[in-house]
Amino acid sequence: MVTAMAKVNPDFKKKVTTSGEFNATACMDCGVCTAVCPMEIDLLPRKLFRYTLLGLEDKVLEHQQVIYQCLLCKMCEVNCTADVHIAENVRFLRSYISKEIFKL
Amino acid sequence: MPLPTGNVIGLMVDNLKKRKTVFPISRRKAIKWAEELDIPEGGETVIYTGSMYQLLPYMVAAVKNMGLIEDSFLGQFVGVGRFFNRMFNVSAFIARPSRANVKRYRQIIRNIAMLLKQAGVEFGYLYKKELYAGALAYDLGADGAFRIQAQRVYDLLKEHGVRSLITIDPHTTNMLRSVYPTIIDGYDIEVKSYIEVLAASNGLQPLHNIEKEITVHDSCVYSRYEGVIEEPRQLLRRAGYTVKEPEDNRDLTHCCGGPIESLFPKMAHQIGGKRVQQLKNANGQGVATMCPICMATLKEASDGELEIDDISSFLVKAFCEVEEKPKKK
Repeated sequence: MVTAMAKVNPDFKKKVTTSGEFNATACMDCGVCTAVCPMEIDLLPRKLFRYTLLGLEDKVLEHQQVIYQCLLCKMCEVNCTADVHIAENVRFLRSYISKEIFKL
Repeated sequence: MPLPTGNVIGLMVDNLKKRKTVFPISRRKAIKWAEELDIPEGGETVIYTGSMYQLLPYMVAAVKNMGLIEDSFLGQFVGVGRFFNRMFNVSAFIARPSRANVKRYRQIIRNIAMLLKQAGVEFGYLYKKELYAGALAYDLGADGAFRIQAQRVYDLLKEHGVRSLITIDPHTTNMLRSVYPTIIDGYDIEVKSYIEVLAASNGLQPLHNIEKEITVHDSCVYSRYEGVIEEPRQLLRRAGYTVKEPEDNRDLTHCCGGPIESLFPKMAHQIGGKRVQQLKNANGQGVATMCPICMATLKEASDGELEIDDISSFLVKAFCEVEEKPKKK
């Protein structure tokens, strides 16, 4: 049963993903990235990228702090079985926030 | 309460746009390392410091102050600081580095230049004209300011006929070698880290006998972004050191925590602490880093319990005749 409607922003998805580099669709949700993360961030990148692909901007922005806590160290990326460019994807989200939220 | 992310990034972006660096230091101080080394100005091949080693002492001081206000109401005043910083250089008041640290980082660049000379590599330097490459702005997603800076750097290189760069830290190497070509049409500058240049050179032979076990701390950017893994080990062995490996090493190295230091200083310190424990467990007599950020973060987290130094400091002891040490205060 659906109890709450999620607000979808198609423009958000478009702005983050149209670079052609945001390749999170390959993610199989295997969880290796979470297991090896030195920050022990359990949200990134699985849910975050899924929110982005669904256009759930509010959900992504709820986790703004986590997005900036990522070290971009690529420990997850070298262990990713689906070759997702995890660090670059996180950087794309930062780029969106810098431009649209912080107006930099 | 965490530091206000938008204003901390904003402060650095404002500096980059207005003062061409994320953390303003005078050009006179930035080039002081090259005094009396007789490095020619300009040339087709130049050493490119990107000011990373010069900036680190100031960043260390700033991070200490930011750490003090991270969980206090004072964190909210970063926005006020940012407002005034647009008119005059407030950053200079946030960061007053120790003289010993300034000299330590300056000496590292001198050591690198001496190693290159010893290997017979010919290179020039752009002195006051050299610019920061923009790594921090890029990592924080400030793409607008980063693109402006990248174009400034490229224009500078073309204006001076530079074809090839010898970089000295992983972040500047990554920007100039792997990121700039993705945003600048026709980018045609060859970029190599001094570690790669020295490893490929036959001119570097040990002058002194050294018996010491050194633990290698791989930088995430060198190992996972740029594939520079074997070269530092090869150089240390050629110098006579025995290389020790920590639990996480090579392309599976453990981050030092430094990349989040400007926004989450306390969390960065915790990550550094985890890595320090791995480095201690390796039981080497010293730890070699290859990145100024790694060195600063790990030194801070180790509380002096480990001898952590830049790899060039270890190499210069073996390969160069005169080892210059920073003078005492």
